[in-house]
Amino acid sequence: MSTLEIKDLHVSIETDQGTKDILKGVSLTINSGEIHAIMGPNGSGKSTLASTIAGHPRYEVTKGEILLDGEDVLEMGPDERAQAGLFLAMQYPVEVPGVTMTNFLRTAKTAIDGEAPKLRTWTKEVKQAMETLRIDADFANRNVNEGFSGGEKKRVEILQLELFKPKFAVLDETDSGLDIDALRVVSEGVNRAHQENNMGTLLITHYTRILNYIKPSFVHVFVDGKVAEQGGPELADELEANGYDRFLASAAASV
Amino acid sequence: MTETPEKVAGVEVGQRRISIPGFTEEGENLAAETNSAADHSHGGLGKPKEVTAGAGSRANRHTGFDLAHFPEPTGREEEWRFTPLKKLAGVLSDTPTQGAGTDQEAVNYQVSGTVEGVEVSSLGHGDAPRGDVLQPADRAAVVGYRNAERALHLKVTQNTEVAEPIRVDITGRAAGARANGHIVIEAEPHSRAVVVLEHRGSADFNGNVEVKVGDGATVSLISLQRWEDDAVHVGQHDAEVGKDATYKHVAVTLGGSTVRLNTNFRYAAEGATAQMYGLYFADAGQHIEHRTFVDHNSPRNSSDVLYKGALQGATARSVWVGDVLIRKEAEGTDSYEKNQNLVLTDGARADSVPNLEIETGLIEGAGHASSTGRFDDNHLFYLMSRGIPEDIARQLVVRGFLNEIVQKIEVPSIRESLADDLERELRISGH
Ligand SMILES: Nc1ncnc2c1ncn2[C@@H]1O[C@H](COP(=O)(O)OP(=O)(O)OP(=O)(O)O)[C@@H](O)[C@H]1O
Ligand SMILES: [Mg+2]
Repeated sequence: MSTLEIKDLHVSIETDQGTKDILKGVSLTINSGEIHAIMGPNGSGKSTLASTIAGHPRYEVTKGEILLDGEDVLEMGPDERAQAGLFLAMQYPVEVPGVTMTNFLRTAKTAIDGEAPKLRTWTKEVKQAMETLRIDADFANRNVNEGFSGGEKKRVEILQLELFKPKFAVLDETDSGLDIDALRVVSEGVNRAHQENNMGTLLITHYTRILNYIKPSFVHVFVDGKVAEQGGPELADELEANGYDRFLASAAASV
Repeated sequence: MTETPEKVAGVEVGQRRISIPGFTEEGENLAAETNSAADHSHGGLGKPKEVTAGAGSRANRHTGFDLAHFPEPTGREEEWRFTPLKKLAGVLSDTPTQGAGTDQEAVNYQVSGTVEGVEVSSLGHGDAPRGDVLQPADRAAVVGYRNAERALHLKVTQNTEVAEPIRVDITGRAAGARANGHIVIEAEPHSRAVVVLEHRGSADFNGNVEVKVGDGATVSLISLQRWEDDAVHVGQHDAEVGKDATYKHVAVTLGGSTVRLNTNFRYAAEGATAQMYGLYFADAGQHIEHRTFVDHNSPRNSSDVLYKGALQGATARSVWVGDVLIRKEAEGTDSYEKNQNLVLTDGARADSVPNLEIETGLIEGAGHASSTGRFDDNHLFYLMSRGIPEDIARQLVVRGFLNEIVQKIEVPSIRESLADDLERELRISGH
């Protein structure tokens, strides 16, 4: 049983126009096996939270902490965080020139486990996982994300999630850009990781459709860099029906 | 760099920096879109095209052995405009080899690995076949030719298949010591050989190489530039490829302060395949320049040019200029040339200029591509967010990128040593 705690997190970035505060006091606790959904308007800071958890150097934490089983995550580099069991499925996965998927997956797995996987079983495992996620076998020889379609990139993120077996995964709009079949296939992948590894999940999404497959026990409404409201799955349905107006009105009023 | 394509006979030539997916000059555009400008192909049956033959055409570039025809370059000439001429002063002067004929000669040659069927001798000025294939195309090549007293002659006799590579170790004794080298490689019809030239140590080295590839012969020439940091190297490597022959030239440039290699191919008849591959890694302070020229001067031959380079360090500099000329008589030509650069740090600069001139529409195909990509913080973050430490992430990217060329080298020991070299190169800048 593991716990990922985010406490009063404040994050800003440096822009040409000066410092911009994006996260303004986020608190969240996720335990192993729990699924938390985050919904919120564009630009409210959801991806910023995801990137900050993963350790993107662009985002500066000005206040608050992130703890994984009591360990200070903010002290770790992005690689150490992944090795400690955190995984971020990115909203916009990056194309990496010159590195084949095969080479990348093996190198990452080795780094995460601290030892090289047994070649025979690993090759089989990768092949199997690709098949299940309906990723064409020749993707293995292509460069990481290079020229992949939007939906293909998302599938490849979930492929990694299945192979790396993290303790906690942040899925940043993994459902955006997926066709109907892919949405199901990808959701099944997440649910497998959930059941098999008791993974804790932070699922960022704009649509309730994915919540039919991946069932959250907690829903958080994210507005203007903060969690504005928390509830159960019924909150997602209410948002779907009414939108964010009532939160935006109160956020504006509080300025 | 200009973005405006020049046109010759309706075909885009001249300076181009074209992006491929995930590769842009600035490295900002990582979208999955395929830039349609990435690959240019021309071919099929078309009307013969007229070339605006001008000073810029490769067909009109002067070649010859007379020094008077090659004035001191000013840096404004097309063939010198990227080159730091000051650094080349030591190799451009009409100067004999330091310590020639003594055991203190500026550069030491060691030939090894030769077997039965390979004749090793030396050629003086006027001794055939010296100068048969080489056509000096700039002042450097002429002064090198004039001042190399003896040329090393390697002859692979008819039908001989040499299993092990023929190695020539060329070792410079001291920085700034002028050396003029000349190697004549003759592969008689239907012979097979791999020749490795390995440059080490330091010198002001001006070395010409000429290769005559006989009919039906298969020859690989691998030129390794593993100089010390203070070496200067200019050289022209010419080849004439015979009927149905296969020739491969691989240039690997890692060391040296300034290296400028001109590799030129032409054909003796039809049915030949010629390949030029290059791999380079430029560090801070290094200028690495490769110029390639494929002269499709006869019909139904193919050529493939691929140069890949990584640059690291604020003042690292690389230049690739790739000329392909498909002459009127070269019907049925199939040619492709590509250069890709990977810039690892700010301030490094890669110039990449493919030039394609086509004088006949009756060709199989002709294409060129060039791209310069950046390894940036987003690439690094992606790999690190998957648990991969920074130093390994860099190695992964660079090795992966250059591997395509490494795989073209048929000598396993060279492939292995290159892996070590690249690891060392990456460590140099302390990343
Ligand atoms: N690198 C950056 N440079 C400039 N602004 C940034 C950067 N990263 C985030 N921002 C700004 O911070 C705010 C929050 O962005 P973020 O991507 O976290 O939003 P989001 O909630 O994920 O939105 P979406 O639903 O559209 O994905 C936005 O106003 C965005 O423009
Ligand atoms: Mg987002």
